[in-house]
Amino acid sequence: MAEKLAPKKRDWSWRSQAFRGIVYQIIAIGLLGFAVWWLATNTLENMRIRGIQSGFGFLLQPAGFDIGETIIAFDSSNPYWKAFLVGLTNTLRVAIIGIFFTTILGTVIGIGRLSKNFLLRGVCTWYVELFRNIPVLIQLLMWYFILTTLLPPVSEALHLGPGMYVSKSGMSFPIPEWDFGHALVAAGTVVGLVVSWFYRRWAHAQFERTGIARATFWPSVAMIVGFALIGWLVGGAPTALEMPEKTEMNVSGGGAVTPEFLAVVIGLTIYTAAFVAEIVRSGIQSVAWGQSEAASALGLSRGQQLKLVLLPQALRVIIPPMTNQYLNLTKNSSLAVAIGYPDLVSISNTTLNQTGRAVECIAIIMAVYLTLSLTTAALMNWYNSRAAIKER
Amino acid sequence: MSAAEIFTPIAPRTAPEKMTGTVAWIRRNLFADWVSSIATLAILGLFAYVIPGIVEWGLIHAVWKPDNDACREAAGVGACWGMIAEKYRLIIFGRYPFDQQWRPLIATLLMVALLVASCTRPLWSKWLIVAWVAVLAAFFILMKGGLFGLSPVETSRWGGLPLTMMLSTLGIACAFPLAILVALGRRSHLPAIRSLCIVYVELIRGVPLISVLFMASFMFPLFMPQGTQVDVLLRVFVGITVFAAAYLAEVVRGGLQAIPKGQVEAAASLGLSYWQTQRKIVLPQALRLVVPSIMNSFISTFKDTSLVTIVSLYDLTGALALALGGDANWRQFYLEGYFFIAAIYWIGCFAMSRYSLWIERQLNVSNTR
Repeated sequence: MAEKLAPKKRDWSWRSQAFRGIVYQIIAIGLLGFAVWWLATNTLENMRIRGIQSGFGFLLQPAGFDIGETIIAFDSSNPYWKAFLVGLTNTLRVAIIGIFFTTILGTVIGIGRLSKNFLLRGVCTWYVELFRNIPVLIQLLMWYFILTTLLPPVSEALHLGPGMYVSKSGMSFPIPEWDFGHALVAAGTVVGLVVSWFYRRWAHAQFERTGIARATFWPSVAMIVGFALIGWLVGGAPTALEMPEKTEMNVSGGGAVTPEFLAVVIGLTIYTAAFVAEIVRSGIQSVAWGQSEAASALGLSRGQQLKLVLLPQALRVIIPPMTNQYLNLTKNSSLAVAIGYPDLVSISNTTLNQTGRAVECIAIIMAVYLTLSLTTAALMNWYNSRAAIKER
Repeated sequence: MSAAEIFTPIAPRTAPEKMTGTVAWIRRNLFADWVSSIATLAILGLFAYVIPGIVEWGLIHAVWKPDNDACREAAGVGACWGMIAEKYRLIIFGRYPFDQQWRPLIATLLMVALLVASCTRPLWSKWLIVAWVAVLAAFFILMKGGLFGLSPVETSRWGGLPLTMMLSTLGIACAFPLAILVALGRRSHLPAIRSLCIVYVELIRGVPLISVLFMASFMFPLFMPQGTQVDVLLRVFVGITVFAAAYLAEVVRGGLQAIPKGQVEAAASLGLSYWQTQRKIVLPQALRLVVPSIMNSFISTFKDTSLVTIVSLYDLTGALALALGGDANWRQFYLEGYFFIAAIYWIGCFAMSRYSLWIERQLNVSNTR
């Protein structure tokens, strides 16, 4: 019954594509292996001659330098690994705040570029053309120069509003004085989020069963704000703000950020927003006219059109390049090294100069950024597989 | 019921609003509804607030002569464009020997002429390749010297605009073939070659350029056999090329993916080999599709070269710091200097982005009706 197949003969001649493929791959791997071996032996030899030690053991030694701005407590007797941790938190702080403002500014400008208003459109277009065509490093240096030399000294700090001061030494602003009530506000927000999630699920199920659509957006907002408010009231409604005090020589108290931090955030936000604006504009333009016409022909309100028809299609185009821009912003925050903001690269650079461990320090920078990038890429792929058009 | 009772004439429609003329234009484009009106008024208010100050600072009270005392007097009130008149040679040519600066000037002009020629469609021919080789040779002979009676100038003294031009132009020119190979490799059927290319692209795209430059500057010397000295300029150049190639490879891959499979199959049925297929069938179509993205990569690389100042090369940004940092008299006029180099970069990038739009239309002629 079973037909006897002729034994498959491997063609070992140069004419066989499969054979050639194997040979090419062996050559490629061989060359790579040789290159790695050659570089590794050279490196080890060089390090032996120059007396450079290798290994990550140095991370446990005391760092011996101070860091100007930290979120977690740090002093010069702390080990190197903690310095790197401080650098990482500083990088993430710039990245998160930068991404937040970039998204807002970029979206506003991107929508403005499509405005029917001639002036608004012109301003937004020239914003994009101006800022995306100047290297981000020059923009950072320029902002840093403006913030540290053109602003008045701290003794004559500019008064921007109640409790807001800005001067050569940075910006001060009021922060709420810590109170147990704030923890209750946070707890209330979490409760609100959970309850609104359940409400949305219930509303969706109701809609599927009965066809009656229920509002979900405003009730969710009301729940989150409401629970937070309840938490605040239960906690005794703390309103005390810690205001920065301006004296003859100084501004003290309240929250404060350094000019380095401000320059990095302002520079990166303004630069990246130009790219985000283009992404938002092309995303909106990518939705065909017929879509909104068809939606209004079906009797959907303007809000429903946006929520159910236009945004889902525009976001599918916008979100992938947008994450790329977020990653770019995070990677560009490494330029902070040029103006002395203690981010990861800057700390690594200092460590490298102190210890001479070039390989290890650069490996740490690369590993951290690679982890960030690959994680984002993985999340992006997951989103894409969810948001992709479901075709039969 | 007579027809007259049913027929009741309605008032005639009013004449449509005037749609032409200045007033109608203003109404439609500036005051269409209340949101638009608020935006218009806000922007006009902002202009009224900001522009007089800028004009006063930049034009009216500005000092145009390289007169340090006048500049210091006007500091804070007017710009000191005289600083640029005083320092422009140091900013544009860096530490290049002063009496020899005609050489980088001619070299840069040749490079610009070559780029403009490469962008002009009637000149696209085999001769362009010859021109590239000739101009690059002339560029290096002029910059480096040691031939034809030119005094030798070591690469550590190269700087300013010629350095920026060289790093970006040559960087892209060398990255391009590498990028095509990597893009083809990433779509190869051979698993080892494909994974090598994927690892290369994802590794480089995942890290900031500055870490690649640090690697070129600090780690590269360790990689080389004892006693070999590789010029720092060359190391940084290799770093920029490797970095640009990874991004360019993704652009090229995008173009390759858009080519229908039938093209390759048709080529195979004609008996073309793999390389013939890629060279004659696939790449010409794929590259045409991605010309705008390639121009974008070029613009990014041009801007990215400003980072070499962090590893102590004196490109435009580094040369500015060199010109002002060491001179207490002029140090306070950094802002004017930043405006100057920002303007140079801006003109270059803006011209390239306009060219990219134009070439996109040119190449799409066959697809538009």
